[in-house]
Amino acid sequence: MVALLALRMSHLFAVVMLAGVFSLLSALLLVLMDAVDVAFTEAAVGAGVSTVLMLSTMALTSRVQKPIKKSNLGAALAVSFAGLLLLYGTLDMPNFGSNNSPAQTHLSNLYLTNSPNEIGVPNVVTAILASYRGFDTLGETAVVFTAGVGVILLLSGLRRRKQKSDSKVG
Amino acid sequence: MIFEHNFIMGHLNYWLFIMLMMTGLFIVISRGNLIKKIVGLNIFQTSVFMFYISIGKVAGGTAPIFPMDMNINPSILYSNPLPHVLILTAIVVGIATTALGLALIVRIREAYGTIEDEEISLIEADEQKLETQSQLA
Amino acid sequence: MQHHLILKIVTKSIVGIILLFGLYVQFHGDYSPGGGFQAGVIFAAAFILYGIVMGLDKVQEVLPFWVVQKLAALGVLVYALTGVFSLFMGFNYLDYSAFSPHHPEHGQHWGILVVELGVGITVTGVIVCIYYCFASRTPHLDDGEW
Repeated sequence: MVALLALRMSHLFAVVMLAGVFSLLSALLLVLMDAVDVAFTEAAVGAGVSTVLMLSTMALTSRVQKPIKKSNLGAALAVSFAGLLLLYGTLDMPNFGSNNSPAQTHLSNLYLTNSPNEIGVPNVVTAILASYRGFDTLGETAVVFTAGVGVILLLSGLRRRKQKSDSKVG
Repeated sequence: MIFEHNFIMGHLNYWLFIMLMMTGLFIVISRGNLIKKIVGLNIFQTSVFMFYISIGKVAGGTAPIFPMDMNINPSILYSNPLPHVLILTAIVVGIATTALGLALIVRIREAYGTIEDEEISLIEADEQKLETQSQLA
Repeated sequence: MQHHLILKIVTKSIVGIILLFGLYVQFHGDYSPGGGFQAGVIFAAAFILYGIVMGLDKVQEVLPFWVVQKLAALGVLVYALTGVFSLFMGFNYLDYSAFSPHHPEHGQHWGILVVELGVGITVTGVIVCIYYCFASRTPHLDDGEW
């Protein structure tokens, strides 16, 4: 519902706020599906940090979306085609919450039974995150770091370079 | 088989998340405003996250955290912790890349004076025309 | 935001609590929901809140821009050097048993703690850094313009 509203609105401030509300609601849904760690992160990131970032971008750019001239019929067709394909794909999937679906039978059992002896940390999510999948998390941390470097280069480095080239020209 | 009550209730969550995904995709494709495109991308992303987590849910299960004293009751079902781990890192990487996209938008605004898709391509076309004219001259 | 007295006072009292909560999430991540990623975001949110209400200059007195940049790099280094440490102790890369070879479970515990600390530092650094980059460019708007 909230997402549909975000589609219609043209006032960007409201759109960004609705995006925050959407994140918060999805965090609630994640709690219902037992993913407390994920919900925690989603609430802090989606509803907090990303809203602030979008607002500060808006402060730097514009606050209102211009009306769209061209028709979206092609977009709607393409999107509904992709959606139908995905729906067709779900027909083979196991029921929601079923205990013997492929996702539940292989790796997760191994983690759930072995991690108390091998790691000894009550929170299995932390155990997998930092120990079993340590390489993966190292990579993710590096990605976050790289994105930070990219933002610094885009937003604060170029000004200095511009001044330098200006002084060269002058 | 498709019209059984059990089947529909078991798959309804997937269908809802796919609808959310498609809403996000539609925003990305059809709206010209770059900030709105990022919002659409975020909606798309969040619905993919929820889809993943819903695959890991076990009916009657609980959050995959053992008791503090590690006395594990084997009769308790735990949900699948693996999707949680994947999505946890994906969320933080997602905000970092979103920030990168927003930074690009700020630079685009400084270079072109607008953040509307079509106006940018108009300006680009004009510039190209000027360039070819100057080359001909 | 010069005239928002209530906001300022509430912020002053709440930032400390948010930071404390961040520490709890960081170091209690083994036992309860939490860990480096979440704690990093919570820390960053505390600084961003302070920055929004008090102004960018005030928050950069506490946490200057260059410190944040170094923090972002430091976290990745902590993480990677943990792996190198276990290499030197004769274990595989990122095998935390190296921290106490006679009691691998304790080693795992320590390893997870250190690695999560690295993640937390990086995430805090990067997100605060991104916020600084955006906020330092913002032209001063009146509250009415929103």
